[in-house]
Amino acid sequence: MTQKKFEGTERYVATDDLMMAVNAAVTLARPLLVKGEPGTGKTQLAEEIARSLDKPLYRWHIKSTTKAQHGLYEYDAVSRLRDSQLGDAKVHDIGNYIIRGRLWEAFASERQAVLLIDEIDKADIEFPNDLLLELDRMEFYVHETRELVQARVRPIVIITSNNEKELPDAFLRRCFFHFIRFPEPETMTRIVGVHYPELKRELLAEALNAFYKLREVPGLKKKPSTSELLDWLKLLLAEDIPPEALRTDDPRKALPPLYGALLKNEQDVHLFEQVLFLQRRQSRSP
Amino acid sequence: MLTRFFYTLREAGVPVSVTEYLTLLEALEARVASLSVEDFYFLARATMVKDEKHFDRFDRAFAKHFKGIEQVFAALEAELPADWLRKLAERHFTEEEKAQIEALGGWDKLMETLAERLKEQKGRHQGGNKWVGTGGTSPFGHGGFNPEGIRIGGPGGQKRAVKVWEKREYRNLDDTLELGTRNIKLALRKLRRFAREGAADQFDIDGTIDATARNAGLLDLKFVPERHNAIKVLLFLDVGGSMDAHVRVCEELFSAARSEFKHLEYFYFHNFVYESVWKNSWRRHAERTPLFEILRTYPPDYRVIFVGDASMSPYEIVQPGGSIEHWNEEAGAVWLQRLTQRFQRHVWLNPEPEERWDYTASIGIARQLLGERMFPMTLEGLDRGIQALKS
Repeated sequence: MTQKKFEGTERYVATDDLMMAVNAAVTLARPLLVKGEPGTGKTQLAEEIARSLDKPLYRWHIKSTTKAQHGLYEYDAVSRLRDSQLGDAKVHDIGNYIIRGRLWEAFASERQAVLLIDEIDKADIEFPNDLLLELDRMEFYVHETRELVQARVRPIVIITSNNEKELPDAFLRRCFFHFIRFPEPETMTRIVGVHYPELKRELLAEALNAFYKLREVPGLKKKPSTSELLDWLKLLLAEDIPPEALRTDDPRKALPPLYGALLKNEQDVHLFEQVLFLQRRQSRSP
Repeated sequence: MLTRFFYTLREAGVPVSVTEYLTLLEALEARVASLSVEDFYFLARATMVKDEKHFDRFDRAFAKHFKGIEQVFAALEAELPADWLRKLAERHFTEEEKAQIEALGGWDKLMETLAERLKEQKGRHQGGNKWVGTGGTSPFGHGGFNPEGIRIGGPGGQKRAVKVWEKREYRNLDDTLELGTRNIKLALRKLRRFAREGAADQFDIDGTIDATARNAGLLDLKFVPERHNAIKVLLFLDVGGSMDAHVRVCEELFSAARSEFKHLEYFYFHNFVYESVWKNSWRRHAERTPLFEILRTYPPDYRVIFVGDASMSPYEIVQPGGSIEHWNEEAGAVWLQRLTQRFQRHVWLNPEPEERWDYTASIGIARQLLGERMFPMTLEGLDRGIQALKS
C-alpha cells in the first residue's frame, strides 16, 4: 500500500524539512510533535494534512484542567443516578453512560484519521506520561464495561506545543519532532502569495519590509508572526492603502497604518514609538 | 557507520536513545527518505532530535560525521566525471601524496576501483542495506588518501552551495542546561499537601451517593471545594559575590518553585540574613523589608528554604557589625535563630558540593545554627531537604 505523500496544499506552504517530518510520521504511524513560535501555523498543519490526504480530523484542545482520561472516555455517573431515580430502563447498561473522548473517536474511525492534540504543554506536567501507552499501542481499557478499545487503523497524531512546559523524555522518544522556524522573506512571500494572490507587488514588498523591521525591534513582548502579517495584509487590502504609506521612515507618521493587527500589546506599541523617535532624531542631527 | 553516527551524536551531547535510532532505521527501510543527503538529514533530525535547542549540536555532529560523504550520495545519482575529478585531485594533492598514489598502482587504477566501489554501493543500497554505511569501508583509507581528501563533488555538478546543516541556523537556540527545571519541579512536588479549602464547586460523588441513600433514594447533590496545594513557602536567596557561579541553578530552582507553589514568597539577601532583606535587586537599597516584619507577617506554618553557599568570613555570622555591606547591630546568627524559631520547618540548600563543606569554617557554623538541616543543591540533596521540610 503506497501512502499519498504530504506536499503542502494550495493554502499551506510546507518547507522540505516539514514535509519529511510529516511523511516519516505518517509512514511509521508515530506521533509528530510540532513546536514553534505562536502563529506560525502549527494547528493549521493538522488541518491541512487531513485535507490534503483526505482524512477525517479529530481535534482535541488541551486546557490546564484537561486530564488524559478526558481524551479516552468519561463515565457520566450523574446521568445514571438520575435515570435510576426515574426508573429508566437504560440504567442497567453502564455502556449508556460512557462518553467517548476524542482519542476514542479517532480510534473508532473506519478510515485512518488525523488526531490533533493541540497545545499539549498547557496541561498538567504528568499529562503526557499518562498518554504514553495509549499513543504507543493505540489501545486502552475501559474499566466500567471491561472492554478493550483498539484503533482500527493507527491514526496520524499531530501534537503541538508552545514550549510552556518541558515534555518528559519517555514521551519525546516516541515522537517525531519538527520545529517550525519563522519563515525567511522568500518563504514568506510564497505564503502571502498563497493567501492573497491579487496583492499588488509593491504593496507586498513594502509591507514585508515594514513587517521584518518591526520584528527586529529589540525587546518586543510579542513579536508579530505569520498569522498577524496575514491579518494585517487583509486589512491593508480592505482599506486600499497605497504602498507609499507603508514606508516607516516617513517622518510625519510614527506607526505603520493599522498597526493594531501587528502589535498586540500597548507596551510594545509604546516601545516601537520610542525606537522610531530615536531613529528620527539621529537621522536629523548632522 | 550509522551506529558510529549514533555515538557521534551522543558524544556531541544530543540525547539520543536506542529507540530513536531503531526508528530511524525503520524509516530508512520504509523508504521514507529518497536518495538525497538532504532528505536523510531532515529525516534523521526529525527522528533523533526532540528539542530545537539541540538542533545546533546535531548540525555540527552531522557535518563532522558526514563530511565528504554527501558527495557519495550525489555520485550515486550521476556518473562520476573522471576527468574533472582528476583535475580536482591534482590541485589538492602535494607532491609527496602523488608519489604515494603512484606507489599504489597509479591514478587510473585507483579511479577504477573507486568507480567500482561506488557502483557496488548503489547495488547494495537497492538491495535494501544501510547504504550510507559502506562509505566507511572504502579501500582508500591507507596511504593518506581518502574520499574526504579528494573531495569528490565540491563545486560544479551539485545543486546547493551551502549545505543546510552548515548554515547552523539554530545556533542561538542551544543552551547547555543539563539539569532541567522539570527534575526540580518533580522533586518539589513531593512537598505537596493537598487540602480542600474555599468555595464548594466540585461534585462529590461519594457524598451524594451517601446522602441520597440516607434520603430514601431521593437525589441529594453534594459538593466539595477543589483540592489545592496547601503548602506555603518562604524562599530566601543569596545573591551576588560568591553566588555568581551558581546563578543558573538558583534561577532554575526559583522558576520551578514559582510554578509549583501557589503561596510562594521570596526574598534576597547577601551572604547572610541580617535585619532586612529585599525583593527587587535593582532597588535593594531603597526597598527593603525588615526581618521583623516577615516574622510578624507570615504564620509559622510557612516552610522556609534558604539558598546560599554560606561561604564567607566567620565574622559575618557571629559578630555584630560583621556584615561586609553595612553596620549590623546584631549578629547574623541571632537573626537566623529568630527565623528558625518562628518557622520550625526550614532547610538550607547549598550549591557548593557537599564534600567541600568541611573546608569552609562558615559553612560549619551555619550548619550548627541550622541543626544540620543543610543539604546540597543536587536532586538527591533536594529530595532529602524536602523530606526534612515535610516532617
